[in-house]
Amino acid sequence: MTAPAPTTPRTRRERVPAVLILEDGRTFRGQAYGAVGETFGEAVFNTGMSGYQETLTDPSYHRQVVVMTAPQIGNTGWNDEDDESKQIWVAGYVVRDPARVASNWRSRRSLDEELANQGVVGISGIDTRALTRHLRERGAMRVGIFSGEALADEQTLLGRVLQAPEMKGADLCAEVATTEPYVVPAIGEKKFTVAALDLGIKAMTPQRMAERGIEVHVLPAGATLDDVYAVNPDGVFFSNGPGDPATADHQVEVARGVLARKTPFFGICFGNQILGRALGFGTYKLKYGHRGINQPVQDRTTGKVEVTAHNHGFAVNAPLDKVSDTPFGRVEVSHVCLNDDVVEGLQCLDTPAFSVQYHPEAAAGPHDAAYLFDRFVHLMAGAPARTTAGS
Amino acid sequence: MPKRTDIKSVLVIGSGPIVIGQAAEFDYSGTQACRVLKSEGLRVVLVNSNPATIMTDPEIADATYVEPITPEFVEKIIAKERPDALLPTLGGQTALNTAISLHKAGTLEKYNVELIGADVEAINKGEDRDLFKGVVEAVNAKIGHGESARSVICHSMDDVLKGVETLGGYPVVVRPSFTMGGAGSGFAHDEEDLRRIAGQGLALSPTTEVLLEESILGWKEYELELMRDKHDNVVVVCSIENFDPMGVHTGDSITVAPAMTLTDREYQILRDIGIAVIREVGVDTGGCNIQFAVNPEDGRVIVIEMNPRVSRSSALASKATGFPIAKIAAKLAVGYTLDEIPNDITEQTPASFEPTLDYVVVKVPRFAFEKFPSADATLTTTMKSVGEAMAMGRNFPEALNKALRSLEKKGSQFTWTGPTGDKAELLAKAVVPTDGRINTVMEAIRAGATPEEVFESTKIDPWFVDQLFLLDEIAGELAEAEKLTPELLRHAKRHGFSDQQIGEIRGLRPDVVREVRHALGIRPVFKTVDTCAAEFAARTPYFYSSYDEETEVAPRTKPAVIILGSGPNRIGQGIEFDYSCVHASFALAEAGYETVMVNCNPETVSTDYDTSDRLYFEPLTLEDVLEIVHAEQQAGPLAGVIVQLGGQTPLGLAQALKDNGVPIVGTQPEAIDLAEERGAFGRVLRDAGLPAPKHGTAFSFDEAKAIADEIGYPVLARPSYVLGGRGMEIVYDEASLASYLERHAGLISDHPVLIDRFLDDAVEIDVDALYDGTELYLGGVMEHIEEAGIHSGDSACALPPITLGGYDIKRLRTSTEAIASGVGVRGLINIQFALAGDILYVLEANPRASRTVPFTSKATAVPLAKAAARISLGATIAELRQEGLLPAEGDGGTLPADCPISVKEAVLPWSRFRDVAGRGVDTVLGPEMRSTGEVMGIDRVFGTAYAKSQAGAYGALPTKGKVFVSVANRDKRNLVFPARALVELGFELLATTGTAEVLQRGGIPATVVRKHSEGEGPNGEKTIVQLIHEGAVDLIINTPYGTGGRLDGYEIRTAAVSRGVPCLTTVQAMGAAVQGIDALHRGDVGVMSLQEHAALINSGRK
Repeated sequence: MTAPAPTTPRTRRERVPAVLILEDGRTFRGQAYGAVGETFGEAVFNTGMSGYQETLTDPSYHRQVVVMTAPQIGNTGWNDEDDESKQIWVAGYVVRDPARVASNWRSRRSLDEELANQGVVGISGIDTRALTRHLRERGAMRVGIFSGEALADEQTLLGRVLQAPEMKGADLCAEVATTEPYVVPAIGEKKFTVAALDLGIKAMTPQRMAERGIEVHVLPAGATLDDVYAVNPDGVFFSNGPGDPATADHQVEVARGVLARKTPFFGICFGNQILGRALGFGTYKLKYGHRGINQPVQDRTTGKVEVTAHNHGFAVNAPLDKVSDTPFGRVEVSHVCLNDDVVEGLQCLDTPAFSVQYHPEAAAGPHDAAYLFDRFVHLMAGAPARTTAGS
Repeated sequence: MPKRTDIKSVLVIGSGPIVIGQAAEFDYSGTQACRVLKSEGLRVVLVNSNPATIMTDPEIADATYVEPITPEFVEKIIAKERPDALLPTLGGQTALNTAISLHKAGTLEKYNVELIGADVEAINKGEDRDLFKGVVEAVNAKIGHGESARSVICHSMDDVLKGVETLGGYPVVVRPSFTMGGAGSGFAHDEEDLRRIAGQGLALSPTTEVLLEESILGWKEYELELMRDKHDNVVVVCSIENFDPMGVHTGDSITVAPAMTLTDREYQILRDIGIAVIREVGVDTGGCNIQFAVNPEDGRVIVIEMNPRVSRSSALASKATGFPIAKIAAKLAVGYTLDEIPNDITEQTPASFEPTLDYVVVKVPRFAFEKFPSADATLTTTMKSVGEAMAMGRNFPEALNKALRSLEKKGSQFTWTGPTGDKAELLAKAVVPTDGRINTVMEAIRAGATPEEVFESTKIDPWFVDQLFLLDEIAGELAEAEKLTPELLRHAKRHGFSDQQIGEIRGLRPDVVREVRHALGIRPVFKTVDTCAAEFAARTPYFYSSYDEETEVAPRTKPAVIILGSGPNRIGQGIEFDYSCVHASFALAEAGYETVMVNCNPETVSTDYDTSDRLYFEPLTLEDVLEIVHAEQQAGPLAGVIVQLGGQTPLGLAQALKDNGVPIVGTQPEAIDLAEERGAFGRVLRDAGLPAPKHGTAFSFDEAKAIADEIGYPVLARPSYVLGGRGMEIVYDEASLASYLERHAGLISDHPVLIDRFLDDAVEIDVDALYDGTELYLGGVMEHIEEAGIHSGDSACALPPITLGGYDIKRLRTSTEAIASGVGVRGLINIQFALAGDILYVLEANPRASRTVPFTSKATAVPLAKAAARISLGATIAELRQEGLLPAEGDGGTLPADCPISVKEAVLPWSRFRDVAGRGVDTVLGPEMRSTGEVMGIDRVFGTAYAKSQAGAYGALPTKGKVFVSVANRDKRNLVFPARALVELGFELLATTGTAEVLQRGGIPATVVRKHSEGEGPNGEKTIVQLIHEGAVDLIINTPYGTGGRLDGYEIRTAAVSRGVPCLTTVQAMGAAVQGIDALHRGDVGVMSLQEHAALINSGRK
């Protein structure tokens, strides 16, 4: 047996000072990690203990500074297979103890290198638990990370943080979505065609559909109803994505068109919020969001609990205790988070449409909710919405 | 769907005595389960032969049976109690095997008892190698991942030899089916290995079945802890990664949670396989543990095994995550689903989630090879460790350093002083996994090894290897730095360096480092274990320290008492001390104090987050304890620290804590010193007019020789300040004395060696007592069955004493009071006496809770440790009598005449160890304690109680068949009566020539058998060793001379161990056994619950 060679030489890294400042003035001092410089975004914490590569490349984290609660990050390095999109999207990265070597048979380079290569400014060595508790108590807020020449006195830095844009009201999906349509071919025999609106789609989503014989036409975020129907779809899919769903008026209109035509519809995350809005529900910003891969969600149609991957700061405001009447017929909340009763899924009873707030494609995260792709397939195969129970 | 309404009563089976591979963790899990079931309104019936457990406290279950965990006794309990259900998944392999036997025998059906928590089919699928292979195949067919190591099932040696060819040659792994802790398994590198390991494995396996397997040595090893409810909701509670790669039993590995070196894709594959396995096996409700091997070169995953029950790893996972697996398993078993059970820690979220950690947990095993010098210390797939310590930190190095210092063992911590060894030599040494390999690796790094070289030698994952290099680099920085700057000091502390390590490197005393650190304001903060990485607020103050920014210790108003626990289990300091600590916590909470527990042993009840008001999962070193004291003093008023209940560990800290201004409650450190220091103790005895055996203390051979010459051989030699008779030996002549001092040079460097006259033929007596400064409460008097010279921890004993009369008790009471008063005890004291020639000698006194406190408490139905804790904080015995915590009148010396007899028997780990040649280790008892656990037998008469203790400890005494007798000369005159009794009871006696002659002269027929050294006879007459191996002997009585044991005896005793034949090594034990067998012959042996037992004693007291 030969040694899986460490991909980076062990060098005693110079400790470059870095500062993290929250918009309410709380300050943490640590060392620079990844690129040196400055960055701003919305501070959010992610509680996943694995899957940092998928997290970093998830477009939904666009403009967010992600605090990892797991302290040892980077242990398995960076590989060429696990990216969820073409680049790292997080605005900044906060970890406690970064790995000095990468150890995994698939690793190609270290996380530190990859962050630096992509110009992602980070900070390490701070009390990430204290920061997380702060965000939990005060809510997600703006933050800045500064190192190298960007360093200045705290008041100046705080001023810069306060000038950064807020997440509420941010229309971001066009910034992360593809500009040109592309096709992900079905694996094996092709059974269905799906038009997938890319609002920040993760690579694993079309992959999960392709595995089920679906040819996925990924369309830009600004695609029109005509664009959608130009691919002659058996079903329409709306992906996850960053920003405030209250700004996604165009996509809401497209969704209404799909519902009106009774084409099977499936939405994930941002797609769930858009379906919610299309049905007439409001959306709101959660205090500090759900970001992790251990969230208990109950499928209210079966009573079963699934452990799921989440990444959402906004949620749909729909009643849990009753079936709602909407312009597209009756709708019920199909999934709920057992931690805090947040709406995690919508099911139309008279229209072939459903959506979930969390991530059945699960990269990173558990595969418990993969059955939802099967539901989508059943729906396209013509099964009535109500009886498309999962596996 | 709420709980089932058709179950009104449940029988819970415990795990019996503490043995290697099945330890205190099952007390923890069983206690949790019983409490849950009781709070659900069910009648809980419990059976466990181990008195040193919290679960067998009379208030935990409704009916508690301290009876042998054998199908026969459990059936008696079922017949008497008629429970609706049996929960077999919380008492380890013992409970599971017993449940299966009861099912097979039709007992469960006969009494209409439903097995809950797992069904027989699931147990078989999980435990049977061949069926489990089928499970893994089915899983692979469904999800495309997971496979078994290539293997063959064998039922005979022929199968085994053929099997190796099928697998493509050596090395192969041998695993017997249905044994716990991997007993009997190992690596065979050639045919000789194979014959030995597989031969024993076939014998050990209750189904005479072993599995041969392809070698996956050096792969990465992982474990997942899963739970499933009746709605098929499954969660993974914890992932664990082994620092030591495949080849070392996970119980002997350093393990880390969560997994450190898996990508999410790889982790999710393990999770998918784990969930598919639990479904395929059909564990309907409850927990299970699944082990995986992952090829570091390509990620190929092999599913090694699963345990369809709560296991040692699940106890670890519970402590590591704050997710109480046993408690939840019990709730699931009575019908709840995961989403219906709240998460205790957050109180607002459900248990149907997967804990996420924002810290790193490291568990390190503790070994006791020093107790078994002839045993092979190589770590294999058979578990050999006797305990473990766990530590948490905000990074791996911090947790690792804390865990290593929690071991509280010389040389367990990394050291960077002294000369570096030879790199090549160290790397070669590190190839073989042993106790302390991680220290060898660090030495190799210091000697210049590269990460690649370390990986080549050890196959330890490069990420872990780099973490060791990180520590070495920090040590280098510390050594090279001109000044110990605040930045550097903080950096070192963040990586877990102790003040002592920093001091060693910088040439400073640890207290100087501490002063500097405090002056700079560098102190640890305390973080909460909250299951959710701070996503939700935690309500449970379960803390660990870290050098980080923000502390989470909340202010309080009630006065707090800090109870120092006993650290990792080891021989001589086990679960008994945890028992006392837990009792103190309960009693003091009831008395209005806020209780704060400090311990680092994940196997215990004391480290359950709901035992005390606050829990600090921390090493028990001076530095760590001082920081906790500081944090609690900041938080509110501190009444004091209790050091007398956790054994030698906290006792050893007492003086230093007091010197640092920490209030110690109860017996003061000076009093402890008075009892430990021989000269001072001698003065106490002289002042009280009490005789002690002639003795002296020596720092050199010349001094020792002079003392021994004056006293006369044999003498008892031992180091001072040790527990469990560490290094204690009977020395028969001057040459042995010289060699003794040479061998134990390490133990007696700081403290003198004690030389005592050895009292041959004395009756040894143990006394546990409470003293409040004015009144003595004699807790109990135990008469040892083995004579003085056998360590009290290894000796069987009876309470009330079977041969002592009122006059003896009176003398014992007077002496105990004189010593307690002379030493200055406030709380518990344990004294060992020897009665020889009608003189009552004082052997030693320990002003602390002893190993026998739980036994004494149960035998006399009085909670001594609770009373001791109260006395420590100022209550008087008179007050406690009034309160009802102690009996209104009388004590353990005045038990009613019809008080049942309780017998304690020790359990020894012989079958676990092999010498380097692969032969068994000798089983002779001596003054150094080697037992890992104990059982208790209770009955109205001694014989039956003794028979129960044997059944609980080793397997039932035979009631017919062949007894082999071979005794040392000095025992021959005591042989005739018990031998005659055996013949009258229908046994056939076999004896070697010398013993047979003695018997024949006494008119007792005995068949002469050949000695092992004589070899097989000309007509194929078998030697005794051959007969034992063939299963032709039912009981062995073999007493040795001295401690060395002649080769014949050694062969006989090791054969007995490997074939599981009861083997008595003292003539006193033979006498007791005869009484026991006689009792068994005389008819029905009943069962009695502790509650009935207490009622009986208390009615006698009135």
